[in-house]
Amino acid sequence: MSSTLVTVSYIGATILFILSLGGLSHPETSRRGNTYGIIGMIIAVLATVAGPNVTASGYPWIIGAMLVGATVGLYAARIVKMTQMPELVALMHSLVGLAAVLVGFANYIDPAAAGAFKGAEKTIHEIEIYIGVLIGAVTFSGSVIAFGKLSAKISGKPMLLPGRHWLNLAGLLIVIWFGAQFINTHSVSEGMLPLIVMTVIALAFGVHMVMAIGGADMPVVVSMLNSYSGWAAAATGFMLSNDLLIVTGALVGSSGAILSYIMCRAMNRHFIAVIAGGFGTEGSAQAVGGAQAAGEVSPILAAETAELLREAKNVIIVPGYGMAVAQAQHTVYEITQHLREKGVNVRFGIHPVAGRMPGHMNVLLAEAKVPYDIVFEMDELNEDFPDTDVAMVIGANDIVNPAAQDDPTSPIAGMPVLEVWKARTSIVMKRSMASGYAGVDNPLFYKENNRMLFGDAKKMLEEVLVALMA
Amino acid sequence: MPQVIGVPKETAADEKRVATVPEVVEKLIKLGFKVAVQSGAGDTANFSDDTYRAAGAEIIDTAEKLWAASDIVFKVRGPGAEEIGLMREGSTLVSFIWPGQNPELLKQLAAKKATVLAMDSVPRISRAQKLDALSSMANIAGYRAVIEAAHHFGRFFTGQITAAGKVPPAKVFVIGAGVAGLAAIGTASGLGAIVRANDTRPEVGDQVKSMGGEFVTVDYEEEGTGVGGYAKVMSEGFLKAQAEVFAKQAKEVDIIITTALIPGKPAPKLITAEMVKSMKPGSVIVDLAAEQGGNCELTVPHEVTVKHGVTIIGYSDLPSRLSKQSSTLFATNLLRLAEELCKTKDGVINVNMDDEVIRGTTVVQEGNITWPPPAPKLSAAPPAAAKPAAAPPAAKGHGHGGAGAPMSVKATAMFLLGGALIFWFIGAYAPPAFLAHFTVFILACFVGYMVIWNVTPALHTPLMSVTNAISSIIAIGALVQVAPPVSEMAGRPVGWIVGLAVLSIALVAINMFGGFAVTRRMLEMFRKK
Repeated sequence: MSSTLVTVSYIGATILFILSLGGLSHPETSRRGNTYGIIGMIIAVLATVAGPNVTASGYPWIIGAMLVGATVGLYAARIVKMTQMPELVALMHSLVGLAAVLVGFANYIDPAAAGAFKGAEKTIHEIEIYIGVLIGAVTFSGSVIAFGKLSAKISGKPMLLPGRHWLNLAGLLIVIWFGAQFINTHSVSEGMLPLIVMTVIALAFGVHMVMAIGGADMPVVVSMLNSYSGWAAAATGFMLSNDLLIVTGALVGSSGAILSYIMCRAMNRHFIAVIAGGFGTEGSAQAVGGAQAAGEVSPILAAETAELLREAKNVIIVPGYGMAVAQAQHTVYEITQHLREKGVNVRFGIHPVAGRMPGHMNVLLAEAKVPYDIVFEMDELNEDFPDTDVAMVIGANDIVNPAAQDDPTSPIAGMPVLEVWKARTSIVMKRSMASGYAGVDNPLFYKENNRMLFGDAKKMLEEVLVALMA
Repeated sequence: MPQVIGVPKETAADEKRVATVPEVVEKLIKLGFKVAVQSGAGDTANFSDDTYRAAGAEIIDTAEKLWAASDIVFKVRGPGAEEIGLMREGSTLVSFIWPGQNPELLKQLAAKKATVLAMDSVPRISRAQKLDALSSMANIAGYRAVIEAAHHFGRFFTGQITAAGKVPPAKVFVIGAGVAGLAAIGTASGLGAIVRANDTRPEVGDQVKSMGGEFVTVDYEEEGTGVGGYAKVMSEGFLKAQAEVFAKQAKEVDIIITTALIPGKPAPKLITAEMVKSMKPGSVIVDLAAEQGGNCELTVPHEVTVKHGVTIIGYSDLPSRLSKQSSTLFATNLLRLAEELCKTKDGVINVNMDDEVIRGTTVVQEGNITWPPPAPKLSAAPPAAAKPAAAPPAAKGHGHGGAGAPMSVKATAMFLLGGALIFWFIGAYAPPAFLAHFTVFILACFVGYMVIWNVTPALHTPLMSVTNAISSIIAIGALVQVAPPVSEMAGRPVGWIVGLAVLSIALVAINMFGGFAVTRRMLEMFRKK
């Protein structure tokens, strides 16, 4: 295959990738979008392997590595539970990051790759390597920590080192200083030290950054790491002068960045503030200070909940991370089906940051076969709460906290929330009275039209279902 | 020491309502109060003494004893002269008062050193909706107005095609789409009539439609929303245009229900004698504003009259004609007020004048007339605010679909300047080969930006997983390193390079295959029913 043919194949692959992302704009076209992505990837890989840059001696290696990876990947994709999606995605980001680091090192030690460059081009090439490895390393270690946090192998609480902003700043300065050293070296062995030191610092930075971020901010982090993995690919593309890598990396990078932005806006927080971390600590300090909501909560039993639901005309269900943890989505849907057969208008209200990754709740509901046309975004049904008889909150807390609107001193002030308290009755399912990830007390629980259904979400919902069937 | 809430039998002729019902008595007792009810107070509303007793109330046989025993009196209508005489000094009264129309009554109550809360003066703010007795009563009046009209109207409301011929549906025109008007629209359309409605406040058009009515607009530019969501007096030009619309409707419709009231003003005369004359014989007009003078020129308050063949109903006691329903709702409104007054649930009320709702409702406090209250905070809001519901200002820039709020001019200028500097720097120093890649890079960023905004939030997780799979494209970087077409070079660490590259390929392959597979699995689940 000639190099022009390879280039044309790359253009085709690029178009397919763009179509793939575009296809996700609607559930009906989304499957086609995924297929476009697969075809694009096949074209890109085959064209590269058949192209002039790979000689036949590499084929066994390539096929062997591909087979191993494919086996592991397909197996993981098959066994993963939908509630574990965030962990899986985070873990996969780490692989891309690690690959970027390895490719960067391999490229650096290869005299054949560097030999062609001179002067400014050589400098730029080295900067590209340096940046590619840097981003790759941050993505790798950050994703590993995110994986640990999401799978609860590491505590979800933010870990805050004293003077953490200064630590980060110092790390950045050291990285820049070693970068200058790296560019000025004349041989590979001389440059190895700065490159390795930088990699270690970048790894530490990734760990530190994600450790400092609280559980509620995880959707932002996951999409940010997604973005990083794209930028790592783009940096590798610059390093290898490969336009396909650059384009695809930029597509992925900008998409992740926009997702992060959407998530931040959904929480009414600045991107920088999320990344700088420490959410929740200020919150708990505040809660002790004064904005403590007080009053009595009115508990309710599963049977009474069923009674309320049966008599309702309009019901909105607001799921949160608690539903994912309890794996209650199937029971929720059985209740929904039962009520809908009885003519009750049941809808789902999804907050943009509900769960631990963007769109997490939608995936869970889809897994339970909830038709997507009764699943609505916050903005689509927030105005309908006054006409709603029962708003059922399943394992969500901060996203239904009226303090975000009423209490300007609250740490979550200004965050758009689902206004469940405007419904005739709201029922909150919760394991206990503990506050949410943001560490903010929730005045909703003390409202007079609110009822608390304490217990494990799945167990309670099953009881509700039994009572409904009776 | 818990306070006693007394509920006397209403003394006004034709008043069938009662200020509390057994169901509410129980709840008042839970708040810590004792409740005393005059014997026979609930008879006209179908609540017997026994049911009150069963709910925990004490039954007192005469009005004198009841008034003497009560710290707080709950009533429907304002007290008559005799009742004021019975009132204990320093006690509290809760009822309709209409302080604007009854300054004399206010003075008499003040002389008794009483504290008086007027249920007609509850401020129109969201928080106070649950104790808004005017709305409860208006709702009932609107319903009953249609029932009265149906009673006097000689035809069906709904259109039918029967073996005995075709029956056209009745046409109902409702003037004023407040609570009463909306209730009337809902009831009439429920009976099958064609309902049209008009209101000077254009924003109620949607509410009219939601109740099943058709909104008739007056073709004249003027905003008719006054303070607190009520209507205001309109200009002469508007009134003329409005009269033309009404005259046209009068010729077409069978039933007119008027509910137009402006707070503190006599009811506007909207239906002239001319218009009545132009209506079909057998038509009905129900004038809900009869007590305030009537919206129709020919209305006789409290009576039903027939003029020019048109029945004009001027009843002013429509809620009382549904006494059980209106008593229940009114009692619940009073219960909500009691909850506001007694937040500690110890049976002792606290008239907290710092509370906006209580401040507005209280017209006499311990002998001092406190009416009218200072303007409610809400009226400070711009008059264009569509609803009196206090929307929190926090709802800035949420939602998904646009590229966010536009940046300020200054920020935009800074952004562009910074961008220009960076580009100039790159253009001045970077080699041409780099620039070609850079161009591609920037354009790709923008393509990504544009494409992603269209992605529906429900698919964010599949999006992340598919972009993640696509980022496996980095495999290409490793592929070209495995076996590049270069001749053996001295010192080329082939082992290392191949090792790293093969490892990379394996890692990325996990991602590539796993990512696409899991995305596929997820997308399979998204289905419509």
